[in-house]
Amino acid sequence: MSNSNIGVIAMTDTGTIHKRARGLFGNGFDLGRLLLEGRAFFALIAIIITFSMLSPFYFSTGNFLIMASHVAIFGLLAVGMMLVILTGGIDLSVGSTLGLAGVVAGFLMQGVTLEGLGVALYPPVWVVVILTCAVGALVGLVNGVLIAVFKVPAFVATLGLLYVARGVALLMTDGLTYNNLGGKPELGNTGFDWLGFNRVFDVPIGVLVLAAVALGASLLLNRTAFGRWVYSTGGNARAAELSGVPVKRVTVLVYVLSGICAAIAGLVLSSQLTSAGPTAGTTYELTAIAAVVIGGAALTGGRGNIRGTLLGAFVIGFLSDGLVIIGVSSYWQTVFTGAVIVLAVLLNSIQYSHRRPSSAAKPKTSATQGSKA
Amino acid sequence: MSGAGTTGEAVLQARDVAKSYGNVQALKGVNFDVHRGQVTTLFGENGAGKSTLMKILSGVIRPTSGEILLDGRPVAFHSTTEARDLGISIIHQELSLAPNLSVRDNIFMGREITTATGVDYAEEERQTRALMEELEEDIDPLTPVEDLRLGQQQVVEIARALSVNARILIMDEPTSALSASEVEVLFKVIRDLKARGVSIVYISHHLEEALQITDHAVVLRDGTMTARAPRSEIDLEWIVRNMVGENFDLGSPPEGHAIGDVALKIDGLSVPDASATGRSAVDGLSLELRAGEIVCLYGLMGAGRTEMLECIAGRLPKSGGRVLLEGRELGRASIAERIARGLVLVPEDRQRDGLVQTMSVGENLSLASIGAFTRGLFTSRKRERDLVDTSIRNVTIKTDGGQAAIGSLSGGNQQKVVIGKMLATNPRVVMLDEPSRGIDIGAKAEVFRLLAEGAQRGLAVIYSTSEVGECLSIAHRIIVMRRGKISAEFGPDATKEQIMAASGEAVVA
Ligand SMILES: Nc1ncnc2c1ncn2[C@@H]1O[C@H](COP(=O)(O)OP(=O)(O)OP(=O)(O)O)[C@@H](O)[C@H]1O
Ligand SMILES: [Mg+2]
Repeated sequence: MSNSNIGVIAMTDTGTIHKRARGLFGNGFDLGRLLLEGRAFFALIAIIITFSMLSPFYFSTGNFLIMASHVAIFGLLAVGMMLVILTGGIDLSVGSTLGLAGVVAGFLMQGVTLEGLGVALYPPVWVVVILTCAVGALVGLVNGVLIAVFKVPAFVATLGLLYVARGVALLMTDGLTYNNLGGKPELGNTGFDWLGFNRVFDVPIGVLVLAAVALGASLLLNRTAFGRWVYSTGGNARAAELSGVPVKRVTVLVYVLSGICAAIAGLVLSSQLTSAGPTAGTTYELTAIAAVVIGGAALTGGRGNIRGTLLGAFVIGFLSDGLVIIGVSSYWQTVFTGAVIVLAVLLNSIQYSHRRPSSAAKPKTSATQGSKA
Repeated sequence: MSGAGTTGEAVLQARDVAKSYGNVQALKGVNFDVHRGQVTTLFGENGAGKSTLMKILSGVIRPTSGEILLDGRPVAFHSTTEARDLGISIIHQELSLAPNLSVRDNIFMGREITTATGVDYAEEERQTRALMEELEEDIDPLTPVEDLRLGQQQVVEIARALSVNARILIMDEPTSALSASEVEVLFKVIRDLKARGVSIVYISHHLEEALQITDHAVVLRDGTMTARAPRSEIDLEWIVRNMVGENFDLGSPPEGHAIGDVALKIDGLSVPDASATGRSAVDGLSLELRAGEIVCLYGLMGAGRTEMLECIAGRLPKSGGRVLLEGRELGRASIAERIARGLVLVPEDRQRDGLVQTMSVGENLSLASIGAFTRGLFTSRKRERDLVDTSIRNVTIKTDGGQAAIGSLSGGNQQKVVIGKMLATNPRVVMLDEPSRGIDIGAKAEVFRLLAEGAQRGLAVIYSTSEVGECLSIAHRIIVMRRGKISAEFGPDATKEQIMAASGEAVVA
């Protein structure tokens, strides 16, 4: 035990760092704290101001609505992702599910030929919507059962489904894209436009869908027993279970909901593009995770809210569209987006280490202290 | 200020130390001396500020104002490591072990013994073994901490603090999960340390136990020091009077109500031992509990009490036997179903099994009874607030209100949240596993009163404890468990010695 000298030197270092951090985000009310808590909101304002100064086209209702319709896709994925992350899980399969959902919708819109009977069925759009959502739910169900019942780590299970869902989408289309989603009046299957392409009072329908889903999720989280169950499962699954929370059922359900959100996003996207390709939504799961994290949710579960997640989605969407508008190369766009994500996570850890009382002396804290000495 | 300075000069002193969290003043200008080579005991109600003061003395948190003197010179610690290097070590009220690491790695975490070729695991293991021997505990140094019982984890926590060879050792409720004989071993260790000149600060809500070891007593109340005296001038009554301002009696078992039908029947229940395959933690145990009856379950650590209760609650699978609630077999009913049918468990380990740290006090309190304030699809905020406020009042939780963060409560008040949460479900049978861990004497009396009232209305209670005194002041019947079986059963007129002897415990004077 002759390492006490090293300990002293190392600890004086971290000690000063600690003190500085406390000064900046100290107890009680101060500006640092306020900025920290409302960071996604301030980031959004900052982004809007910056790009408005850089480009005359940025600050206009028309542009905002276009950007909002892009945000709608990420936002829908992020809302589902956020439910999963609240329980302490992660869903990497949402991008693929989005692609698969689009392809399924496209496939159904082409009409289904029943081999034996020799008839072709053209399901109306509402049936297409339901069936597509069911496919999303099925992907989520597989995820959920693997994770909750068979104890496969969420990261691994959903990574598997990421590949499977994408593969199925490619198989179904042979790698091609469905371009004809309009339907025909005589077949009674028109109206696909109304899922994302059209506008109501000039607002893109995708944005309205996002608003509805977000509102529903917010009610679910704040005003129902299920919402409480989600938060408690992520906060401490053991304690939740002993308090009578059906932890397994909750886990399965959040993945199902995430799958449905991804399917809705797939429908909106293919309606916006009036086509459905099997590679749509590739890497969107990462954007969704980023939105959730920027919105202040903790990847360890139990903390976060819909408002933050939506703000996170808007930050990412408005940032990347802004970069496009001012003509920054796509390589730089990637760099900027990455920097924003890292910054957000950094602020997250400052916020939570601050909020967590030192009294709890969590194992994690002592472990890090240990490794520093 | 009698007694100060007459024996053993102060080695560590707090001068006018204040600490506030937002608008909560946890400490309001406290002077506190740690006497060299002696045991200074800190008494006080839940939330009085004891842990806060200890955390300040050991560098975990910094005071809002005031100063710390070490050997008469002002010091400012910026971290526990810094304090540790100056010879101050602390055993935290809430365990601070890494569950996935072994006992050895936990004990040497952050101060690994290194040689030129890396960590000297063999030496670490040898020292760990020696510590376990000193504490008379049969724990293998390579066991992961998460496989240990709560009491054993506490022993590891103690061993870690001892291994530092500190000259000032702070113990914040080190015995809350230990049984009497283990406490006796710890006291022997403390006396050895004292003989070697180590200064000790001791905190406990087991007042009688603490008196055995105390040299100086200090009482905190609402963040101020209200009394201080050497051992020779004080007794139990003095402590309680200064702590709560009045005298207290934990009373006796409730009487005068009819004992009803069998509420819970356990028939030949066996539960496998998680740590050793093939062995049973509970071995063909049978038990009947009637409505309106309060039964105490006494036993040493490892007697199988926790396993039995967790199995009845639906947490652990059984390997044989039956559990019947009001005549109906429970079979494979889930925990949620059991709670809905009125069978609840207040778990032993509040951090791991009792609390959701990310939720507020109110959300924790209402977690087990969400159904009671859900109307149709949605929860009713008003009903929830009523339920939370009632619970806070019932179990006397000291908090800003339901929206406060759970981590802002003192240890004892967190424990009350766990108890309050399960009692809020309006159970018919309630099992409490060491519920008095860390709660002060007033709160204990309050919990006893709640249980007694419940019993009068037909609630059946199983109360598991390792404090004999508690058994005698609440139970209609005392059941002693030993190695997974019932070894004896007593009425309320049993003596402490009888009960302890039946548990296999060496009776201490
Ligand atoms: N991180 C925190 N944030 C806000 N308030 C806090 C925090 N930590 C402690 N407090 C408050 O400070 C007061 C003193 O708490 P402390 O933990 O020192 O009590 P204690 O005497 O150790 O009680 P117990 O016997 O229950 O352990 C309590 O009212 C508590 O609510
Ligand atoms: Mg305390």
